[in-house]
Amino acid sequence: MNERIEVTSDRDVVRVRQLVRTLAVAVKLSLVDQTKLVTAASELARNTLVYGGGGSVEVSPAENGRRKGIRIVFADNGPGIADLDLAFTDGYTTGGGLGLGLSGARRLVDEFDIVTAVGEGTTITVTKWCR
Amino acid sequence: MTLSVDEAARFAALLEENQDALVAAWTEQVAATLRGRLSQAELQRQTAELRRGFQQALAGAARDLSGESTAELRAQLAELSASRARQGFSATETAVSVFALKEAVLGVLGDYSSDAATLKDYVAFSSFVDQAALFTFDSYVRVREELIADQTEQLLELSTPVVKLWEGVVAVPLVGTLDSARAQVVMERLLQTLVDTGSPYAIIDITGVPAVDTQVAQHILKTVVAARLMGADCIISGIRPQIAQTIVALGIEFGDIATKSSLADALRYVLAQTGRKAR
Amino acid sequence: MDRVPVLKIGDILLVSIQIDMEDQVALQLQEDLADRIVATGCHGVIIDISALDIVDSFVGRTLATIAAVSRVLDAETVVVGMRPAVAITLVELGLQLPGIRTALNVELGMDLLARERGDDDGDDGDDVEGTDTPAVSTP
Repeated sequence: MNERIEVTSDRDVVRVRQLVRTLAVAVKLSLVDQTKLVTAASELARNTLVYGGGGSVEVSPAENGRRKGIRIVFADNGPGIADLDLAFTDGYTTGGGLGLGLSGARRLVDEFDIVTAVGEGTTITVTKWCR
Repeated sequence: MTLSVDEAARFAALLEENQDALVAAWTEQVAATLRGRLSQAELQRQTAELRRGFQQALAGAARDLSGESTAELRAQLAELSASRARQGFSATETAVSVFALKEAVLGVLGDYSSDAATLKDYVAFSSFVDQAALFTFDSYVRVREELIADQTEQLLELSTPVVKLWEGVVAVPLVGTLDSARAQVVMERLLQTLVDTGSPYAIIDITGVPAVDTQVAQHILKTVVAARLMGADCIISGIRPQIAQTIVALGIEFGDIATKSSLADALRYVLAQTGRKAR
Repeated sequence: MDRVPVLKIGDILLVSIQIDMEDQVALQLQEDLADRIVATGCHGVIIDISALDIVDSFVGRTLATIAAVSRVLDAETVVVGMRPAVAITLVELGLQLPGIRTALNVELGMDLLARERGDDDGDDGDDVEGTDTPAVSTP
């Protein structure tokens, strides 16, 4: 039951939020955890759109034997990130935002994995587990 | 060691033929361990059902406990251990309900038990019952774990009351050790109460908290900041001398958060604030 | 494209955000509000976000900008009705809403604005002014 959304405009970011919320409710994440996950998804989907020049978001249920959760993969073929440490610094931005997208999103999820190469794009995978 | 198809069939027949004697002996055994905490009639019903479960499983040529034909029996065993766990019986008392079948069967075999072929059958059957008992034990542990998790949750809710202290002022008296999970529950409850009651002031009283570590302090700070984002002000009261020492030693910055030594002081402070506003 | 309605009640502009806003809609609201403040001469803006189930950094920044622009136009902005889960998430996200006044609900927001205007009108010798309104900062 993987769901995939191509992100090419503002409207798609809204669709990502709604999809993530629906699935988060389905696996019974607590209200606060739902809110954290949807907020993180919103930040990362916007990054995919603004910095990656568009890409795709794939949302799927996850399970590690003991707990259920949600896994989201954000992928783009954009310019990639040259300096990851810098990109994760609170307040650092190249896009005129608040510079909280990456670092903030990482604090809102349980697992955060990023693969990026200059000129090849960025793939970010996040997971949130039920308590 | 698994049952052969023949052995299974032989025991199915044995369980069928001697059902009355078996159930009686079995019930008696179990009753002896449970020492009257379940009525004889109740036990009788349970063992009769279990006997039927075993018989059907064996008649369905079950060789061990994992097959299709034992699904019904597994469900019965799971139900038995769940009800025993909820009623507060120990693991031994639960497992005995299954093990006792072996003794009962041995009794029925009577004189034949000295016969080598019968003995071989019996050993195979006995290992089948062992599997059933182990399964019961597993289910028992699982149910107990669920019970403990439920109780922990209930305890969390019990131990974090949020009370209305005055018009527009709510208070959370925290008592006992604050761990991360509990701090989170407190935080969410407090903030929700602010919304529900439209109270712009909250007093977090930590008189009953024996110790504050960095993590707990962080949780309290986050609650205060979240409350501010929502338009409410938090006051922390009841900071004991040792805790004040710890806070300073740990280098925790309480910033511009109002702290008062007692709940009464905190309330007086809030009333002075609202009085000034109402002017 | 959806548009968020701006209502005028007395000396106050009331905005109740009821939809999951696209970024464009948020920017449009920012423009609309500035226009309406000038057109109506209102001195207070109340933005009710009780229907929003999330506030991300974009919406947060838009709210901060609205507050700053309004202040330049001599109007005070109060954001009301933020849900607890949203507030907890914002703290974790590390988002500060500098310069934004907040209140629990519309009524308390209106009280706050009325008090602010009252203070502005003079006769106030209160030296702890400013401590009675929560200012937002992170730990």
